[in-house]
Amino acid sequence: MAATKWTKTLSILFLSTTLAVAGCADDPAASGSSSGDTIKVGILHSLSGTMAISEVTVRDSELLAIEEVNAAGGVLGKKLEPVVEDGASDWPTFAEKAQKLINEDKVATTFGGWTSASRKAMLPVFERNKALLWYPVQYEGLESSPYIFYTGATTNQQIVPALDYLKQQGKKSVFLVGSDYVFPRTANKIIKAYAAANGMTVAGEEYTPLGTTEYSTIVNKLGQAKPDVVFNTLNGDSNVAFFKQLRSAGLTDKTMPTVSVSVAEEEVGGIGPANIAGHLVAWNYYQTTEGATNTEFVKKYKAKYGAAKVTSDPMEAGYNAVKLWAAAATKAGSTDVEAVKKAAGGISLDLPEGKVTIDGETQHVYKTARIGLIQPDGQIKEVWNSGAPVKPDPYLKGYPWAAGLAS
Amino acid sequence: MRNRIAFALIAVLLLAAPLVFSPFRLDLLAKYLCYAIVALGIALAWGRGGMLTLGQGVFFGLGGYAMGMHLKLVEAGPGQLPDFMSWSGVERLPLLWKPFADPVFALVMVVVLPVTVALLLGLLVFRQRVRGAYFAVLSQALAAAFVILLVGQQGLTGGTNGLTNFQLFFGLDLYDDADRRILYFAIVVVLGLSYLVVRQLARSRYGQLLVAIRDGEDRVRFLGYDPALVKTFAFAFSAGLAGIAGALFVPVVGLLTPANLGVVASLELLIGVAIGGRYSLAGAVGGALLFHYAKTIFSEQWPDSWLYVQGALFVAVMLWAPRGLAGLAGQLRDLVAARRRPAAPAPTVLEEARA
Amino acid sequence: MGTLNQLVIGASIGAVLLLASLGLTFTFGQMGVINMAHGEFIMAGAYTAYVLQPLVGEQAVLVALPVAFAVGGVLGLILERLFIRRFYGRPLDTLLLTWGISLILQQVARDVFGAPNVQVTAPGWLTGGIDVGVRIPYNRVFILVLAVGCVAAISLYLSKLRQGRRMRAVMQNRQLAAVSGVATGRVDQATFFIGSGLAGVAGVALTLIGPVGPTLGSGYIVDAFLVVVAGGLGQLRGAVIAAFALGVLNSFVEFWTANGASFAKVVVFAVIIAFLQFRPQGMFVLRSRALT
Repeated sequence: MAATKWTKTLSILFLSTTLAVAGCADDPAASGSSSGDTIKVGILHSLSGTMAISEVTVRDSELLAIEEVNAAGGVLGKKLEPVVEDGASDWPTFAEKAQKLINEDKVATTFGGWTSASRKAMLPVFERNKALLWYPVQYEGLESSPYIFYTGATTNQQIVPALDYLKQQGKKSVFLVGSDYVFPRTANKIIKAYAAANGMTVAGEEYTPLGTTEYSTIVNKLGQAKPDVVFNTLNGDSNVAFFKQLRSAGLTDKTMPTVSVSVAEEEVGGIGPANIAGHLVAWNYYQTTEGATNTEFVKKYKAKYGAAKVTSDPMEAGYNAVKLWAAAATKAGSTDVEAVKKAAGGISLDLPEGKVTIDGETQHVYKTARIGLIQPDGQIKEVWNSGAPVKPDPYLKGYPWAAGLAS
Repeated sequence: MRNRIAFALIAVLLLAAPLVFSPFRLDLLAKYLCYAIVALGIALAWGRGGMLTLGQGVFFGLGGYAMGMHLKLVEAGPGQLPDFMSWSGVERLPLLWKPFADPVFALVMVVVLPVTVALLLGLLVFRQRVRGAYFAVLSQALAAAFVILLVGQQGLTGGTNGLTNFQLFFGLDLYDDADRRILYFAIVVVLGLSYLVVRQLARSRYGQLLVAIRDGEDRVRFLGYDPALVKTFAFAFSAGLAGIAGALFVPVVGLLTPANLGVVASLELLIGVAIGGRYSLAGAVGGALLFHYAKTIFSEQWPDSWLYVQGALFVAVMLWAPRGLAGLAGQLRDLVAARRRPAAPAPTVLEEARA
Repeated sequence: MGTLNQLVIGASIGAVLLLASLGLTFTFGQMGVINMAHGEFIMAGAYTAYVLQPLVGEQAVLVALPVAFAVGGVLGLILERLFIRRFYGRPLDTLLLTWGISLILQQVARDVFGAPNVQVTAPGWLTGGIDVGVRIPYNRVFILVLAVGCVAAISLYLSKLRQGRRMRAVMQNRQLAAVSGVATGRVDQATFFIGSGLAGVAGVALTLIGPVGPTLGSGYIVDAFLVVVAGGLGQLRGAVIAAFALGVLNSFVEFWTANGASFAKVVVFAVIIAFLQFRPQGMFVLRSRALT
């Protein structure tokens, strides 16, 4: 009895293994990027899980950019063919899918990632395979991988200008509220160094696990500390809960102003404009940013995805990434990674946020810093900008007060 | 005899896999095999012992972190700090990390850490006769708490990012395909050995006692045994297996993050076993392989809608093959038998397990 | 002052926990169904308020309460009729089944309403707060009242109505109830309808304080199970006391420790494990002569 049972189960195991073998064997691994008349490019964002709320629209704008590039004749006479994968808000999955895009699909480049954790997970994969990643989100700096191009802001293009603005407004004490992961912790380290050097005090520092939706205790602490301003590095869902609960505790943009670095038009819609109007944000692009290129971008995006949709900074940075890569590949005359890297430095395009230039040395881009005020209609009005695009400085080498940070 | 042949056949098949697969697919297979090692432990604790453990990821993580810490220290070189510490503002190597520079210590900890935690928890919980759904929810809470703890201690654990970027594994260069193949073979061997040990354990008198406790804990207690001890042993054993699997997972995947051991990851470890068949060790292994393979393939095929397919798969398996794929044969047999003798009662879990 | 404030905050956290776990007390407590899709029923309730918003206007949240109860209830009933019914006697399997359902429901929400969060506007009269030394937001008061109202309604149902008494009978001894002529299948349906309906109501309440998105429910599910386990399966009193105790504990630990949000969660888990050492069946136990 026992023997036959084992035989049966083992034969099932055998069956499943052969099934797996068969499935893998006919994988379309053969078709490379250079063969045929298309160039494959990878798009890797979270389409499921908690981060999908932010990343799905970045994928959408990247697909829009690819469509535009193709409509203009493609790259080197070939059409781009996007291969979309789901990072599932899970960092090891990002690494796995990145590997798949590189090895199986043989993509020429990949656009993807949102959280720092997803980038850190993908970084060794791209470095090991000498493949390219374009990362479209503002981040904590202190990184400059030879195989990543960063089209979002580094700290000196977003956080430092925001602090300059607050100082100029006469804010003396700042309370730090952030999600518990790398970006907020590093950002707050920078803010504390800045505060120490500029006569500001840090009234408190609080972190909550990602996805936290209960902020009454922190709001209570804010009410007691009475800082001049709250520097908010919360990410995703938590912002909705934070601003709803801040407002219902009677703390308004007048009594408890905040400046946020991860709240864009997209998030304002989820929070409800009424709950957040009057608060500040720091980015490099708003839907309202002036210029014909942006008007065109917003129009095309709405035409493709619906009139009610908004555009935001990370979406624009993703869109830029596609355009910048296409320009670099065209200039290089090849999609070869080393050739594209060499050609990329100095490429300058007129994009929705204005003139964007790739800094060949750090592989970041020059970006104009912008402080915005959230309007009751959910749009963001620019109240200050840096005048000219700021040179990226991921290790904050140009700032004496930041000397001890990048050790 | 026939099952020996089958075992040998599968061994040959797994050992021949590098000839068929691209290095990328081979890596994935190696990863699934790690999950299969965990599945063996779950089949013992859950299938035989009736302990629905929703926190197996914790043990997987403890083993993984023990290994990851060692690898990070080797990477950094003597006297240097792992990369994430420097960007988290840690200046001196934390005390907790120091002993992990020693490879023997790290290897021992891979097993000792998870087993100790499981022993403590098991003795506390099983002695109080917490079982069934209570135990399930409690172990799930353990996974949730462990993740929050890891994420909160960024300077010590790498926070949400976890530990990333490993290149060396006991002399193997993880950037090299040939070396990765050796790693793959090592995992196949560990899985094979684990399978034989667990099978031996399940067939022993101890294994029968474990099943007896699952089916009638109080009766066994009246016979003079201490069910808490018996269950704790099985639980700790499964934790040890999970720890070993976690330690192998780290070099294969190249990173370990809290997401690998949270509530969802723990559930997925369990679901593989449920799909394959919790009462059969081979079923559990096959189920883990099949489930994780399916997850990869579904999400590659339909990045936008793979959750539908995956969700539907669970529902279908639980509805039509509650004993898992390994139980399907038995189910068919019962069906035929029921046709012949309509009055025959359906076999119970007890009979199924006794077979 | 800070302390008093934290007490109020603790109570309001407790009320949220209670609402989220009230339904589970019955589906998990009476039927032993580990319903992982309970969180998605909460989400369905929240989206109900969102859908009603353009139709009803500002008072959508109020109108949504009964509608969400029905929506959650019907979803629960469908789940029970199609699947759960076949799983009696193997409760642990329901966990995997409902986990699959919850994945599907999340993806449905993502495809129907889009991946980003949506906004539900609270009625104007819920935006302020009262100052009595400490400030108590009206929306917190509303949630507290709602939770208390739900508990009162349920205890009335359980004690006064024939249906409710049958429910208790099945909870206490299913076999005896069955041989006494109670149609246990019918009662199970009713239980699942009510339990899931309560999840829908909780979802509407959560729109006042938190985000409305596809993963809304998954954030509450682990906490909700803990409340039920700590309170004792099927024990209304237990759930109430456990929810408020955990809420207050959470708020004080978070307040007293710097950067306490993470720490508070870990403490809560530790306390529950310790508590179950003393009372392995939770706060209140259904007395029974049965072994195992």
